[in-house]
Amino acid sequence: MSNLSINLPGLKLKNPVMPASGCFGFGKEFSDFYDLSELGGIIIKAATGEQRYGNPTPRVAETSSGMLNAIGLQNPGVDQIITDELPFLGEFDTPIIANVAGSTVEEYIEVARKISRSEQISAIELNISCPNVKEGGVQFGTEPDLAAEVTRQVKAVSDVPVYVKLSPNVSDIVSMAKAVEQAGADGLSMINTLTGMRLDLNSRKPIIANGTGGLSGPAIKPVAIRMIYHVYQQVNIPIIGMGGIETAEDVMEYLLAGASAVAVGSVNFKNPFACKDIIDALPETMNKYGFSSLEEIIGGAHR
Amino acid sequence: MMKREWMDILHHEKVATDTYQMVLNGDIPGSGIRPGQFVHILVDDNFFLRRPISIADVDEQAGTLTILYKVLGKGTKSLTAKQQGDKLDVLGPGGNGFPMEELKTKRALLIGGGIGVPPLHYLGRQLVEQGIEVISVLGFQSKEYIFFEKQFNELGEVYVATNDGSYGHHGFVTDILPGLEGRFDTYFSCGPAVMLKAVSKELTGYDGYLSIEERMGCGVGACFACVVPTPESDAKGYRKICRDGPVFKPEEVVL
Ligand SMILES: Cc1cc2nc3c(=O)[nH]c(=O)nc-3n(C[C@H](O)[C@H](O)[C@H](O)COP(=O)(O)OP(=O)(O)OC[C@H]3O[C@@H](n4cnc5c(N)ncnc54)[C@H](O)[C@@H]3O)c2cc1C
Ligand SMILES: Cc1cc2nc3c(=O)[nH]c(=O)nc-3n(C[C@H](O)[C@H](O)[C@H](O)COP(=O)(O)O)c2cc1C
Ligand code: FES
Repeated sequence: MSNLSINLPGLKLKNPVMPASGCFGFGKEFSDFYDLSELGGIIIKAATGEQRYGNPTPRVAETSSGMLNAIGLQNPGVDQIITDELPFLGEFDTPIIANVAGSTVEEYIEVARKISRSEQISAIELNISCPNVKEGGVQFGTEPDLAAEVTRQVKAVSDVPVYVKLSPNVSDIVSMAKAVEQAGADGLSMINTLTGMRLDLNSRKPIIANGTGGLSGPAIKPVAIRMIYHVYQQVNIPIIGMGGIETAEDVMEYLLAGASAVAVGSVNFKNPFACKDIIDALPETMNKYGFSSLEEIIGGAHR
Repeated sequence: MMKREWMDILHHEKVATDTYQMVLNGDIPGSGIRPGQFVHILVDDNFFLRRPISIADVDEQAGTLTILYKVLGKGTKSLTAKQQGDKLDVLGPGGNGFPMEELKTKRALLIGGGIGVPPLHYLGRQLVEQGIEVISVLGFQSKEYIFFEKQFNELGEVYVATNDGSYGHHGFVTDILPGLEGRFDTYFSCGPAVMLKAVSKELTGYDGYLSIEERMGCGVGACFACVVPTPESDAKGYRKICRDGPVFKPEEVVL
């Protein structure tokens, strides 16, 4: 019998599979399909200081092997998330990770302080990588100094471990990873979406109202694997890997590259049972390749 | 509650230019579907997103539901290749549909434009079963795009408009509305956004329901892709079309 459990800072995961932020809401909708306690953990939709409406619609477009989205961090705001959404998630036997976003360092600090104090939250995923908002978000995720600064400040106020979510829209991912590690990050989460665009041939304009959107899905998996592979060699904090995961084989590939756990995003839209199906298939897939625990697989490509 | 199911295609045929009718069999039709709800279809594994299509009819006894779709892009084009006997990956029923229990209507006006016509058929059937009088106004591009005229005739009086005048009234559905003044108390409309806007403006003061469209991600209410803004008086500021809709009162949303 293979052992699927893994312990990371603040997170005792019964298996390494979690729904990715923004692709699972606050869990309610998916609890109609299966018992959320089966999940390794749940990374919830981004929280900002105040309620945000986000971008105009259309907000999504299909692409070859993936999709673009420009939701624009729509969310009810941190206070409402704490009062209206977290109690429901607390009913499940699985750790909850809060995705924290903001336009200014002050906003990141405020959200992190508030949400890390709620009993349902086991860790923070610091979202310095959303490509779809005009202010903030992006530059924190592309400039190592700013990334380090916001990480340091959030670490100082957070009651729970902080995983910094990196943007792939940079030329040197390793220096970003090192900068946030030095600033005290407990872990990394990678990758967020790649900035992209699609045009409508009739209107000759972008399909997404925001113009650009973030590319997710199987199309970005090789990019994520490459980045995790390189970052793993240079940092000593654990990595939560994501980007285009659809199967248990994909999970194995992420673990071999150096991820300790994974998040499953947009494929939940295609198959609402995606996380459960992957978890169910994982033992047999590990077995097939001769593994009986996650520790044996993690970073296996580097040995 | 929504289910994901591989439904059997019992029947698939072309009913008008670029327009197809499909009858699907499975458990979803037995789950108490309301008019206005939709199914979220994964055409095949070459597609990453599902396609929302309205439910045009339900036979709970037989376990079937009917959809009508128009070929628009790649997904609906690929759907035409499906054959009777094939299986289709369906998630549904989605959304809330028309609030059948709350309706106070005695005389209903159905206003459909193009591929917005199908959900009104199941609605009309249920209204007639409840003894409510139904008048239908249907708009199409031109004669060869018309479908379901016969089915609507069985429900009550039908007016058809075509944009090019090749059949019925030459023009838009909104041209027909003034002539029906006083003959209905509530209207139900589904069609392109421009039509819904024009209809709700023309029929200000009447009790009404609009079924609206937006590009979707999840189709279950989790991703915030399909939101529509609400008037300033609403604290929440938005509704999710896939979960709270796709049917709304015109005063509930900003089109
Ligand atoms: C609630 C609801 C009910 C609908 N009911 C019907 C129906 O009964 N019959 C019917 O023919 N059509 C219906 N539509 C529209 C239908 O979903 C689109 O025509 C279809 O998704 C187009 O897919 P495609 O692959 O052919 O086009 P493409 O342009 O190749 O699609 C690309 C992407 O854009 C999305 N998309 C494109 N146009 C629309 C649109 N108008 N609305 C929503 N998503 C769109 C597709 O789902 C897909 O994700 C409905 C839409 C909604 C939101
Ligand atoms: C509709 C949508 C909304 C998202 N919202 C967020 C978000 O709020 N915060 C965040 O950090 N990432 C967000 N993401 C990014 C995902 O968490 C994930 O990093 C990315 O989609 C790659 O994984 P995937 O290919 O499995 O989807 C979103 C992605 C999608 C598709
Ligand atoms: S499509 Fe995801 S919330 Fe409506």
